[in-house]
Amino acid sequence: MSGNHKPKVLLSVQNLKKYFPIRQGMVIRRHVGDVKAVDDVSFDIYEGETLGLVGESGCGKTTVGRTLLRLYEPTGGKVFFDGQDITRLSPSEMRAARRKMQMIFQDPYASLNPRMTVGNIISEPMLYHRIVSRADRDERVRELLEMVGLRAYFAKRYPHEFSGGQRQRIGIARSLALEPSFIVCDEPISALDVSIQAQIVNLLEELQDTLGLTYLFIAHDLSMVRHISDRIAVMYLGKIVELTDRNELYDNPLHPYTKALLSAVPIPDPVIEEQREIIELEGDVPSPSNPPKGCNFNTRCPLAQPHCFEAEPPLVEVSPGHHVACHLVEPTETA
Amino acid sequence: MLLEVENLVTRFYTSEGVVHAVNGVSYNIDHGETLAIVGESGCGKSVSVRSIMRLIPQPPGKIESGRVMFKGRDLLGLNDEQIRKVRGNEIAMIFQDPMTSLNPVLTIERQITEALEQHWKMSGAAATQRAAELLEMVSIPNARARLKDYPYQFSGGMRQRAMVAMALACEPDLLIADEPTTALDVTIQSQIVNLVRRLQQQTNMAIIWITHDLGVVARLAQRVMVMYAGYVIEAAPVKELYGNPRHPYTLGLLGSLPRLDAPPNTRLFSIPGQPPDQVALPEGCPFAPRCHMVIERCLHEMPPEEPVSEHHHVACWRKDDVGNGGPRVRQS
Repeated sequence: MSGNHKPKVLLSVQNLKKYFPIRQGMVIRRHVGDVKAVDDVSFDIYEGETLGLVGESGCGKTTVGRTLLRLYEPTGGKVFFDGQDITRLSPSEMRAARRKMQMIFQDPYASLNPRMTVGNIISEPMLYHRIVSRADRDERVRELLEMVGLRAYFAKRYPHEFSGGQRQRIGIARSLALEPSFIVCDEPISALDVSIQAQIVNLLEELQDTLGLTYLFIAHDLSMVRHISDRIAVMYLGKIVELTDRNELYDNPLHPYTKALLSAVPIPDPVIEEQREIIELEGDVPSPSNPPKGCNFNTRCPLAQPHCFEAEPPLVEVSPGHHVACHLVEPTETA
Repeated sequence: MLLEVENLVTRFYTSEGVVHAVNGVSYNIDHGETLAIVGESGCGKSVSVRSIMRLIPQPPGKIESGRVMFKGRDLLGLNDEQIRKVRGNEIAMIFQDPMTSLNPVLTIERQITEALEQHWKMSGAAATQRAAELLEMVSIPNARARLKDYPYQFSGGMRQRAMVAMALACEPDLLIADEPTTALDVTIQSQIVNLVRRLQQQTNMAIIWITHDLGVVARLAQRVMVMYAGYVIEAAPVKELYGNPRHPYTLGLLGSLPRLDAPPNTRLFSIPGQPPDQVALPEGCPFAPRCHMVIERCLHEMPPEEPVSEHHHVACWRKDDVGNGGPRVRQS
């Protein structure tokens, strides 16, 4: 992002919660607890930026992506898209709103209907929303296929005829069909080979440049997230623990979890790896149905103090644009 | 030399045609050494290693030719009973998915003691004692009590630790690790990599680590072998390979990685196209259709693996033209 003018907030998430109930009993399904997949998460996404959302499996990053499109109904909180609170929209209003908000899925094998031709897969959303007539359909499909680097005649083929990378391109073409302004990319490259990952990431970046798209890029691969994102949010056990500018996060991580996560990622350079000191976290992530009291991270934190076991740290801005949820991080004087 | 594989060829005879999975692969490894085999899915990295333990389903698979000399014996010439004595005893293996490779209806204890009974004729209290020591060695807290657990009671990282314990039960000379951290989170991956490295220092075993993650390779290997479409296209000591890659595919792979220490706003180098169908391999070099340095000769003739320095071998007609001084990344 360049220039001094304040960028427009496209999507604002406020105190978003998504709990999945745990029920017991065969007949009377008693509600015995909740999996707190997303527990009070707030962030903004500016127009034209890519916000990276990283964390380990089960931290709730995919649930955030799905809940803010209302593919899951939120348990609490608000999601403002272009100034409108979409959590209050009726089903038909929501369908109209989804035209502007699309999703690219992780598994390119499971997310395309094997019985539909590529042309039908891509044109289905357009016909559903009546933004293109049947006559213009083929022309628009050809345009979209070419936009994602596929041949126009692929429209007549079926998904099984394509490789993983090509399928992911088809998924991207489908998400672009409605000319959205915002796309949730849910681990779009995790299932792909290394040489193909770079192709897809480059494609996403080119499309962002030409179409002015805004992305929420969900991933567990920190090096790819750094590459594509403007700002990055780190999640741990249903909460955002750190949120800041991409370079700031990698140059000056403040939360002990972020530090450990960054140090766990191997750098593809044996000379650097030889000299690196690696912070090793002990144990596993606790269950989100029974999170620890106080700070979520206290069971694995190498620096935990008695206070961390009692009070939950709020996400505070410790320096301009750098938000951290940790008792041990003091705000700098400039903040 | 502990293990010497020469000119291994493995094919699969399927209804779709003959899959040329491994096309004349040679490598060796000595005690205490770590060799990484890297490549993309379907490049033959797993098959080339599973073939040495004869873990290829036959049919449809068939080891067509080659020699696998392990401590002076050719493993391909052993009968079924003889190879069973090698598996899990002298050569052990850990797999990618610890949930599907552990038996869900047996306790962790039973799964560890099984190998001890088979190979060391150990049973009862002695075997249980050894199993508990092994679980402690892989840093599972409260090991003795956890022996009675079933795999579902373990988390992903703990299951992979239990697999490492099982693999090391009989103190193997060679550990084969087939993408053991691919299904794990990065912090857990880091734990497992450090664990295996620590155990290697204690036991001086050799490790073949199969992966597609070039970061993990940089962290743990001494030598690297890059495979593409069933061929070894480059092999070198790890620093040499990363610092001075000489095959266009290796160069492309390294360039396509975003690096935590790279300047931002560089577009990734991407290799166009996709790996070939190994039923119908192109004539000549299999990488030629994707290669930006392709010449006429590449389309007709597979280049042999030739040394460019003492320990650095490359199979490319244009190895002398591939730039020195690391991968070049296109600037945006």
